[in-house]
Amino acid sequence: MNRHRVLPVAIGVALLGLLAWGVTSLLERLTARDATTIVTATPPPPSETPHIAATLFYATAEGDGLLPVQREVPLAEGLVAQGRQILTAQFAPPPAPYVSVIPPGTALRAFYVTEKGDAFVDVSGISAAHPGGSLTELLTVHAIVNAVTANLPAVQRVQILVDGKEVDTIAGHVDIRQPLSRDTSLIRAQEKIGP
Amino acid sequence: MVPVLFVQAQGTPPPAPLTLIAREGRRAVPTSMVSGQELIALDDVAALFQVTVAEDAPTGAVTVTYRGRTVVLSSTQPIASVNGRVVTLPAPVTRSGRRLLVPVEFLPRALAPIYDRRVDLRRTSRLLIVGDVVVPRVVARVDAVGPPTRATIEISPAATATATPDVGRVLVRVEADALELALPSGGGGLIDQIRAGDQPNTVVLILGGNAAMPRTAITTVDGVARVTVEVPSTAPPPAESAVPPSAPPPASDVLSAAIRQQFDLVVIDPGHGGSDTGVRTADGLEEKELTLDVARRLRQRLETRLGVRVIMTREDDRAVAIDERAAVANNSKADLFLSLHANGALGPGMSGAEVYLLSLDREGEAVRRRRRTDAVSLPALGGGRRTLEVVPWNLAQAAHIETSSTFSAMLEEELRRRIPISPRAVQRAGMRVLTGANMPAALVEMAYLTNPEQAGKARTDDFRNSIADALYEAIARFRTFADAKAVP
Repeated sequence: MNRHRVLPVAIGVALLGLLAWGVTSLLERLTARDATTIVTATPPPPSETPHIAATLFYATAEGDGLLPVQREVPLAEGLVAQGRQILTAQFAPPPAPYVSVIPPGTALRAFYVTEKGDAFVDVSGISAAHPGGSLTELLTVHAIVNAVTANLPAVQRVQILVDGKEVDTIAGHVDIRQPLSRDTSLIRAQEKIGP
Repeated sequence: MVPVLFVQAQGTPPPAPLTLIAREGRRAVPTSMVSGQELIALDDVAALFQVTVAEDAPTGAVTVTYRGRTVVLSSTQPIASVNGRVVTLPAPVTRSGRRLLVPVEFLPRALAPIYDRRVDLRRTSRLLIVGDVVVPRVVARVDAVGPPTRATIEISPAATATATPDVGRVLVRVEADALELALPSGGGGLIDQIRAGDQPNTVVLILGGNAAMPRTAITTVDGVARVTVEVPSTAPPPAESAVPPSAPPPASDVLSAAIRQQFDLVVIDPGHGGSDTGVRTADGLEEKELTLDVARRLRQRLETRLGVRVIMTREDDRAVAIDERAAVANNSKADLFLSLHANGALGPGMSGAEVYLLSLDREGEAVRRRRRTDAVSLPALGGGRRTLEVVPWNLAQAAHIETSSTFSAMLEEELRRRIPISPRAVQRAGMRVLTGANMPAALVEMAYLTNPEQAGKARTDDFRNSIADALYEAIARFRTFADAKAVP
């Protein structure tokens, strides 16, 4: 074998070795992860898409409160765009074992913030599938309010609109005619999921 | 296999013994208190109910068998398999020396489904009812001190009763095997005491020294038999001239006397209605139906026992706008507003009643601190001016939040005595129906219909009557509180 043929083969072998090392390292990192960490159902975001860690709110195991869970959501340009990303993630079905307090079929119609720092979250489909009950309704309302206020410090209060209109309640109990401030009384211990 | 170790339990006697009532007679049932749980020994259960108890040492399971039907108890989990169906218990089976102990709830939840006869545990009255014995609930109270002093004894479900007036006492006899008694601790007016009689189916009213021959009447309405006792006085009424004429009230007191009113009107709001069903159980019980039924039971109690007027925001299955509910109370100048609901959770574990009162935002808190609302002076028909209280609709409840809190505490206490109550017993939240109520107001979530056991109980008369009794007692207590507050 002459020197002209040895060099490409050596480079190829070196590249294969590097690839094998990379795969092995990745597998080791995955298997060495803390056994108590819950892996997100969605794959890690591609490295070229910047993400931020946002606190979203799901039901506790007993269903008696809100569990703050740190999740990755796409980074967006500006307060309003970031708010939309956070709410879209909050409305999406969570990975197991978490249980959403937002009724299935709820969609974000609009999100905007006034100069006073009041945010308006305009949703559709939230009342039709709501299971009812004061507790569940409190969890639904405050998951939305807390998801916005916990992640966007510029927002102090949140008003929920349904189909573009101010409404009394979502399911007959909790007053949502006015902007609501963050309520921590329903929040239980915090958890983190995902990378 | 490693043998399972039982938790060793050292108990103390319960505050009152449990009494078993059956056709064969009555007897005391030994129980003990361990870590707040009332426990009964399985060998006592075996002797009382002719069941066989077997212990599987390797697994820790305990099997209770009755005529081929079995209950399997876990020593590690507070559950039992009853003929293959899992039921929950407050605690797992435990050991005290050589004896195996289970919570007394084992009797109605696990033993009753496999037993031939009814097994009904009434914890409040400390009765364990076995078989087809008749044990109605008997509630006695002094309605008016008088003279004449009036007392009522209610028997539910209705049973035939006789009242025999005599000098110094009235004997009430009910056609029943025993009575589940709820008697007042003291008397009032010309009635010194109301106590259990010598026989298990009798109640005695002991009269005071000035009592004349009492009059009695017995009626039956809506499945409740009611014995009314009126005791006149032998003493002559005080002569009017003996009372010195009172001085005319100062002018400043005339207005306060005019606006001072006795507590006499309650508005009950049965939640939901019409197409708004509220929470629905797996087997089709709807919240709107439960709230209306309990509201009717409560109205009957308030009108007949307390003598107050009651308005309901809906009398049937129809939708009522949320503002209209508080408007009914405001327009009729009610003394109290009570909204009835049943709760729902995302999981089946949550259970128990909850009481809500309004939480205030910053604006509402300012109104509460002022403790009054703004007033405007308007020209009145026929001349002069009239001062009107102006209450912003969304702040009406703010001025009453402290009395609402007092009422909520009374609701919690009375509910806790009769039905399971949630760990989150009293809460403040932005409840829409309460915001516009311009009087003391609270919302009661009676049970979690998403909890299978509570959903089953919510269908029963016992459960609904227990809630109505609790709400009635809380309102009766609040009336006393409100009337005392109204008197200068």
